[in-house]
Amino acid sequence: MTEPLTALAGSHEAEPGTVQLLDPRGRRVEEPTYSPLVADLDAEALRTMYRDMVVTRTFDNTATALQRQGELGLWPPSLGQEGAQVGSAHALSARDFVFPAYREHGVARVRGLDLGELLPVFRGVRHGGWDPAAHNFNIYTFVIGAHTLHAVGYALGIQRDGDVGTGDPARDRAAVVYFGDGATSQGDTNEALVFAASNNAPVVFFLQNNHWAISVPTTTQSRVPLVQRGSGFGIPSVRVDGNDVLACYAVTRAALERAHSGSGPTFIEAVTYRMGAHTTSDDPTRYRDRAEEDLWRERDPIARMRAHLREEGLADDAFLADVEDEAHAVADAARSYCRGLEAAPTGAMFDHVYTADHPLVAAERAEAEAFEAAFEETR
Amino acid sequence: MSTTVLAKAVNAGLRRALERDDKVLLMGEDIGPLGGVFRVTDGLQKDFGPDRVVDTPLAESGIIGTAIGLAMAGYRPVCEIQFDGFIFPAYDQITTQLAKLTYRSCGDLSMPVVIRVPYGGGIGAVEHHSESPEALFAHTAGLRIVSPATAADGYTMIQQAIASPDPVLFLEPKARYWEKGEADLDAEVDLGADALTTGLHSARTVRPGRDLTLVGYGPAVRTMLTAAEVAAQEGHELEVIDLRSISPIDFGAVEASVARTGRLVVVHEAPVFFGPGAEIAARVAERCFYSLEAPVLRVGGYHTPYPASANEEAYLPGLDRVLDAVDRALAY
Repeated sequence: MTEPLTALAGSHEAEPGTVQLLDPRGRRVEEPTYSPLVADLDAEALRTMYRDMVVTRTFDNTATALQRQGELGLWPPSLGQEGAQVGSAHALSARDFVFPAYREHGVARVRGLDLGELLPVFRGVRHGGWDPAAHNFNIYTFVIGAHTLHAVGYALGIQRDGDVGTGDPARDRAAVVYFGDGATSQGDTNEALVFAASNNAPVVFFLQNNHWAISVPTTTQSRVPLVQRGSGFGIPSVRVDGNDVLACYAVTRAALERAHSGSGPTFIEAVTYRMGAHTTSDDPTRYRDRAEEDLWRERDPIARMRAHLREEGLADDAFLADVEDEAHAVADAARSYCRGLEAAPTGAMFDHVYTADHPLVAAERAEAEAFEAAFEETR
Repeated sequence: MSTTVLAKAVNAGLRRALERDDKVLLMGEDIGPLGGVFRVTDGLQKDFGPDRVVDTPLAESGIIGTAIGLAMAGYRPVCEIQFDGFIFPAYDQITTQLAKLTYRSCGDLSMPVVIRVPYGGGIGAVEHHSESPEALFAHTAGLRIVSPATAADGYTMIQQAIASPDPVLFLEPKARYWEKGEADLDAEVDLGADALTTGLHSARTVRPGRDLTLVGYGPAVRTMLTAAEVAAQEGHELEVIDLRSISPIDFGAVEASVARTGRLVVVHEAPVFFGPGAEIAARVAERCFYSLEAPVLRVGGYHTPYPASANEEAYLPGLDRVLDAVDRALAY
């Protein structure tokens, strides 16, 4: 039995208290606080958001296929969550630092990562895939909720550096952490909220409530709407339609303005839905029914934005075809890159265990290399 | 050189580190106006302010997890966990995050975080206040684990630990906090690369001897010295080695000593089963097989939870248990 759907009661209207700027048919919804925050998005900005969502989805589908073909050991699909990720990420400034969980492929795209860089971890050739400092986008964290504390700690560093409340947009910055509904049950996430609140840290908690923590529904994580978790810690909290890319942009922008100004943390619950499996290892048909998936399919973030662009005259067939072409080019490049990734030599296993010299690691490296060398000689 | 105690020596070392580098900050429960429950941070918040000596919320995982983020932002956090038995709520952050982030990021991230832990027994405390969990952490690659036994080492090693680019678990033997020793608290400490690796992790021969080697660290060092003095009255010259570091272990120093004496007794408060002594005994068996005149013996905690304090004297590797092991080794 699956949980009752508490959010977005009808197909086309947001539940009261949930910010929505674009209804599922792609029509603008006027909202006094947040509509002004998207007013300056020009046609190109809107088209870029659409492009980022489509590219992310095509890449994501390709990665899922690569896992089915045996090229990846595992893949966590972001299918259905592109609106929450792309919308929020577009609100970030270059100097804001992102702490993703492990499904934030859309955020990675917006931060400028070559999406292929996400694959080495899942192909099992190394633990990291990219330098966090290159795009202010940390490596993925697989221990649920652990990174919420890292984000708050980083925000405390920003605070100590004096990079909040200066009024200089080139200087003020914040940390943004992405996590799921399951993570709200973790002690670390709750401790992160305590540390953020008591220190007034410049951090944005971006919860993607995708309704399922692997096979366990949100109702097992909480008896109240998750947005109340944030307010329970004294942190201003807002619930947003997570499949509405514009609304996600607006609420994140407002939260970042608060953080940058020195006014402290914000908690955002983006109500969305994981259309695919948790990872390629599980089978959603065992734990949820098709009707629920169909309901959410009607709220698809990409179809919604496409309808909006069409209605506004911002997307003709040529534009949509161009986006498709780019998406396939990105996915093709990622596929080629993935297939070319090979295991590092055994010796690399001993690299970076410590930053400074360590005699035990050095001895074991020498031992392993001597063993391999002897093995080679006997072949 | 003057006489001081371990707690004050660590305090002085922390002060020097705070003065030297404004990216160093202390964080923990009750370390501000109170100065920590053992007063090791006494006076530091008054002099460096609440942003550098931070009283945190009461949440151990939160302390270590936020320290990781601060390290990513360029700071050098020195965390205090109030008591050994309270480190376990932070065990995940220490072992899956702090220890592994450098590795997981292929060297892009460095984690210069120190975790200070008053550890060990013998102070008559209630449960969870007297444990020696070093073996649990030594099993995790990516951490460095050290324990000063003297005031001089407390002053020097804390500064080296803070300067280390790798995370260091800094175990302070709480039963020895108020023991006096010689230390120059005005001395400049060598913080060169070798000092942060080889120096910080070198064992120290505290007392030379020819008949048997006693190896231990932290609170066991004084016990071993007393045992050596007693044995000397019976004509046995015991060599006493203070390891100073549990991960890595200075096996070279241990092997060289065993090669001379032929006998080894390892002493630590941590439970013997799967404890540091097991690792040392195994390595010595591998490398010093032809030098050994007797099996390596271990003296330490039993495979019980740390007992109620009325029984801790029997649990701890005290003088009589150490001397008994020495007698058994010498009897071969």
